[in-house]
Amino acid sequence: MPDAKGASFLLDSPGPLVDALRRQGWRVIGPKLGQGAIVYEEIESAADLPRGLTDEQEGGHYRLREGDPDRWFDYVVGPQNWKKWLFPARQKLWSAERSKDGFSVESHEDEWPKTAIFGARACEIAAIEVQDRVFDNGDFADSGYTKRRAGMLIVAVQCARSAATCFCASMNTGPRAEAGFDVALTELETGGFLVECGSDAGAAVLDGLELADASAAQQQAGEAVSHKAAAEQTRTMPANVESVLRDNLDHPRWEEVAERCLSCANCTLACPTCFCSDVEEVNDLSGDHAERWRVWDSCFSLDFSYIHGGAVRRSTLSRYRQWMTHKLSSWHDQFGTSGCVGCGRCIAWCPVGIDITEEAGAIAAEPLAQEV
Amino acid sequence: MSVSAATDPMLPRRYRVRKTWKELADVSTMELEALEGQSMAFQPGQFNMLYAFGVGEVAISISGDPAEEGKLVHTIRDVGAVSGALASVSDGDMIGVRGPFGSAWPVAEQTGRHIVFVAGGLGLAPLRPAIYHVLNNRDQYAGLTVVYGSRSPHDLLYAEEVRGWKSRFDTEIEVTVDHAEPGWTGQVGVVTVPLDRALAGNNGAEVSAFVCGPEIMMRFSVMSLKAAGVSEDKIWISMERNMKCAIGFCGHCQFGGDFICRDGPVFRHDHVAKLINRKEV
Ligand SMILES: Cc1cc2nc3c(=O)[nH]c(=O)nc-3n(C[C@H](O)[C@H](O)[C@H](O)COP(=O)(O)OP(=O)(O)OC[C@H]3O[C@@H](n4cnc5c(N)ncnc54)[C@H](O)[C@@H]3O)c2cc1C
Ligand code: SF4
Ligand code: SF4
Ligand code: FES
Repeated sequence: MPDAKGASFLLDSPGPLVDALRRQGWRVIGPKLGQGAIVYEEIESAADLPRGLTDEQEGGHYRLREGDPDRWFDYVVGPQNWKKWLFPARQKLWSAERSKDGFSVESHEDEWPKTAIFGARACEIAAIEVQDRVFDNGDFADSGYTKRRAGMLIVAVQCARSAATCFCASMNTGPRAEAGFDVALTELETGGFLVECGSDAGAAVLDGLELADASAAQQQAGEAVSHKAAAEQTRTMPANVESVLRDNLDHPRWEEVAERCLSCANCTLACPTCFCSDVEEVNDLSGDHAERWRVWDSCFSLDFSYIHGGAVRRSTLSRYRQWMTHKLSSWHDQFGTSGCVGCGRCIAWCPVGIDITEEAGAIAAEPLAQEV
Repeated sequence: MSVSAATDPMLPRRYRVRKTWKELADVSTMELEALEGQSMAFQPGQFNMLYAFGVGEVAISISGDPAEEGKLVHTIRDVGAVSGALASVSDGDMIGVRGPFGSAWPVAEQTGRHIVFVAGGLGLAPLRPAIYHVLNNRDQYAGLTVVYGSRSPHDLLYAEEVRGWKSRFDTEIEVTVDHAEPGWTGQVGVVTVPLDRALAGNNGAEVSAFVCGPEIMMRFSVMSLKAAGVSEDKIWISMERNMKCAIGFCGHCQFGGDFICRDGPVFRHDHVAKLINRKEV
């Protein structure tokens, strides 16, 4: 079998691939049915996958439904994303112990068994690549993130359908992952999977499987799956959003959206690229042992911008504006890329159904006159 | 992968408080020495994250002389739990230090020019390393003016040292307070009054200005400087935002496209001019 990077093969079901990964010592994390939603947890076999389910998503709406029982991956992205594994919501950084003449400092790193994430979608791989830049910014690298990322294998699933909330095509992040995976699966219309090998690590995993080579026609059928998914997308992001938001910080639309926004932070928690965190001091009762924990934070909380004398961003308007301008505009200044990958989570999981594409579109459609 | 990937940038190093003293009722200065590794080299305007055991960690500017090796100096106002714990350390205590972080006052690059420092309140602390640099190398500069304002005579930081600067013949030092008290014979009023007067006798085109204090004070000072013909690319300010990491990870210090911890805290004014007068950015 030509097991080189770039080759494609055929496979009947994802089962043997999950088994091969586990045989080779990978912990496999994949989609599972949680409480009414798809969640990303450890799986032991393909039987744990939520086969036959599909989803229905809209602004403020997410529902799983029974779909074609034979289809493995007809749902798209749910409330969780892979950052909960790579950038955990709570993470111990280090600890300190009181001593005779002060204190000692103990560094801390969580264990990270080599881990395969199974079923990452194109937008999710793009989001991981966005966070890669955040946590290794040229001056500083997050040691825990770096370690987890290095010990990780990505099995992509190429989306066969889009939810109504998806707009990855307009963000150029999907629906087909062209790179960034070790192995990619496309569930073909006729059943079975097209398997693409994306790296040497992927080739090593595929080596142990009985795989037939894919014909040119079968490869085309795989591409067609992605074209069909892309064609289903209706939401789009204005192409000039980066500059339009920068120039429209006083746009009246911010006031309108601020009236609806509950400042609940759901969008930032669901978003696969949001990286903000707080550091907490955790002490035991004796007062002799102290720990520093990093926890997810959100620019929607009032305390986020607190400095002595009061928060800088007191109004909901200013916090919503920070969120959206950061995602779509200032992220480019910081990391040379958009902070939005078009996954649509913030739309579906907003309790009042605020839609980032609609808000950006409204400002782009009627920008304020610019001073010259 | 960055060089620092091997060492955890969130891990503090331990420092011993060599000496500490009270500056004002709620402000203390501490002199630190490294317990492990080398002493810290820094540039004027940079800051450290200081950790008080069991309490927490906050951003504090370095206020000592960058030319004095092996001596790390910080001046801290007690405004809450962490700063309170740091402001009340005693000689011999231990604290954690990460740093130095952030951009610097580019004072060494402004040789030949008339240097104007404008400080409000505790803003004198982050400016002091740059002032030391000019005082130590005074012959390299065309002029040195320091305009310093505080709320009251009670709140004048480093008062004795400032008097020493004033007694030199090659400096122009203006001190003002918002509210006088009995016994105060100096100036009363906001910093822009002595600033305008000092600028009036000078050619704005020869001035490089470094401004640090409350945002409103910096805004008015910059207006005065610009009105006196100081060009915006010769004015630097230092900004403050909530900071949890100082390395660009926590997101708290964002100011538009900048992280104040990495791209700042010192900014050339033209770089931030567009956002600085806007509320709630
Ligand atoms: C670059 C920089 C340099 C600074 N230099 C000095 C200095 O030289 N001397 C000095 O006394 N103070 C300085 N500060 C301010 C100092 O960091 C705050 O006074 C301190 O964080 C207050 O913490 P607290 O827990 O005591 O008070 P609280 O008011 O209870 O603050 C709670 C938390 O909010 C955050 N926070 C509150 N105020 C600030 C603030 N102004 N800046 C950043 N985070 C804040 C901190 O995480 C703090 O732990 C500087 C701030 C920055 C950003
Ligand atoms: S901003 Fe919304 S659509 Fe964009 S990546 Fe985040 S959650 Fe997805
Ligand atoms: S500032 Fe807000 S939008 Fe930006 S990464 Fe942080 S939480 Fe997300
Ligand atoms: S202080 Fe954390 S990003 Fe600047």
